[in-house]
Amino acid sequence: MSWNRKHLLDIESLTPEEIITVLDTARAFKAVGERAIKKVPALRGKTVVNLFVEPSTRTRISFELSEQRLSADIINFTAEASSLKKGETLKDTARNLQALNTDFIVIRHSASGAPSFLARELNASVINAGDGAHEHPTQALLDAFTIRERKGRIAGLNVTILGDILYSRVARSDIWALTKLGANVTLCGPSTLVPRVFEQMGCRVTHDVDEAIREADIINLLRIQHERQRKTMFPGLGEYTSLFGLTKARLARTRPDALIMHPGPINRGVEIDSNIADCERSLILEQVTNGLAVRMAVLFLVNGGKGPHEVAP
Amino acid sequence: MPEPIIVLDRAAIQRGLARIAHEIAERNEDSQAVVLIGIQKGGVPLARRLSALLAGIWGHPVRAGDLDVSMHRDDLDQRLAPDVQPTVIPFDITGKTVVLVDDVLFSGRTTRAAMDALNDFGRPKRIQLAVLVDRGHRELPIKADFVGKNYPTARTETIRVKVDESGGADEVTLERK
Repeated sequence: MSWNRKHLLDIESLTPEEIITVLDTARAFKAVGERAIKKVPALRGKTVVNLFVEPSTRTRISFELSEQRLSADIINFTAEASSLKKGETLKDTARNLQALNTDFIVIRHSASGAPSFLARELNASVINAGDGAHEHPTQALLDAFTIRERKGRIAGLNVTILGDILYSRVARSDIWALTKLGANVTLCGPSTLVPRVFEQMGCRVTHDVDEAIREADIINLLRIQHERQRKTMFPGLGEYTSLFGLTKARLARTRPDALIMHPGPINRGVEIDSNIADCERSLILEQVTNGLAVRMAVLFLVNGGKGPHEVAP
Repeated sequence: MPEPIIVLDRAAIQRGLARIAHEIAERNEDSQAVVLIGIQKGGVPLARRLSALLAGIWGHPVRAGDLDVSMHRDDLDQRLAPDVQPTVIPFDITGKTVVLVDDVLFSGRTTRAAMDALNDFGRPKRIQLAVLVDRGHRELPIKADFVGKNYPTARTETIRVKVDESGGADEVTLERK
């Protein structure tokens, strides 16, 4: 067992052993979700604040359900309906949360580094649910869990991440997690969205989609993030689809056992053909199921990471 | 550190398990209603072995499952997160006589957690407890129904149980700090 962290702020600072600990623990929590009674008392009496300063549906719901299944008490705090709209700073929001004696804060924020800031300011455990274009660690952990469950391993697999890498915190966290676990990661997309600088993270960069997916075991598609692009990075969505979209014709040229992943929300007909999203090679909905198990595991582990660092008999 | 003391050797463990199996058979007339649940990790191989012994006595298979109690412990915020093992109970426990099996009975907190965890899987008719070693120092009102060996210890001592499903490397030892 190797986990003594109080927070989960990023994947970059985790060791491969720590990542494996999360994945192993998540396996047991996945089984909990398959029982008639899907709830365990592990976080009974603990308070979790879901501080979603940036809009999110699936990640927030996944965290909420994970927390409920661990028997925690939950407060949901969204940007639209909060004092942040009234001009309160993140620091003051944080101090108010501290005054409520919360045990865990799950934060989604448009500013990179906001979770680290809270972790320094507060006594609570902080879990990063996505910060700016920095990281989205639980997404990477659930992706790794899904790949490991379906392929039996991660080391040595060819994983291609296709789409908007530049603006993607999912891509960054995935790259850290998968390279740490020994996968060969290839990045592909328009050159404006997939700059060569990513080679420094230990992956291969190409702008030829057919070459990028030919030998892939896993094709992980990312959505084009219209909301993060301040200037036009490529001519248009139609052009994107014809040059980089995963179409039936392109899929036919991949390995027959290559599996398709997507963190959601998917844009049918843009980055992925609608039929491919629903085919048996698509793991998109399994990713959603596994997200619950992984988030339960993370909450369970950081809860232990707060205590005195010794293992009871 | 002094040499570990052997509490039970291979033959003694085998005798202890055989006696427990006979006591379970004697106590439970309705043999079809009995299922064994081993508590992770030490109780799991013991439950499998008791299941084989009982199958020999009763002449029909006796089902065995594995239960992990980590998520039901009462000290989760006072320690590092425990290593969670699989829970596999591929049968309905409602209405059954569940014999919980563990290697060492100490504070009784693991047994309490196990009874809570079992609740999530159904409502047994009754729960009985079988342990290889009862070392004393109970912190809860819990008592084993079947005991391989009562072995009074000091709190500072450690009981180490090495058993597997085959019985090849069985040994229970006591280590003094």
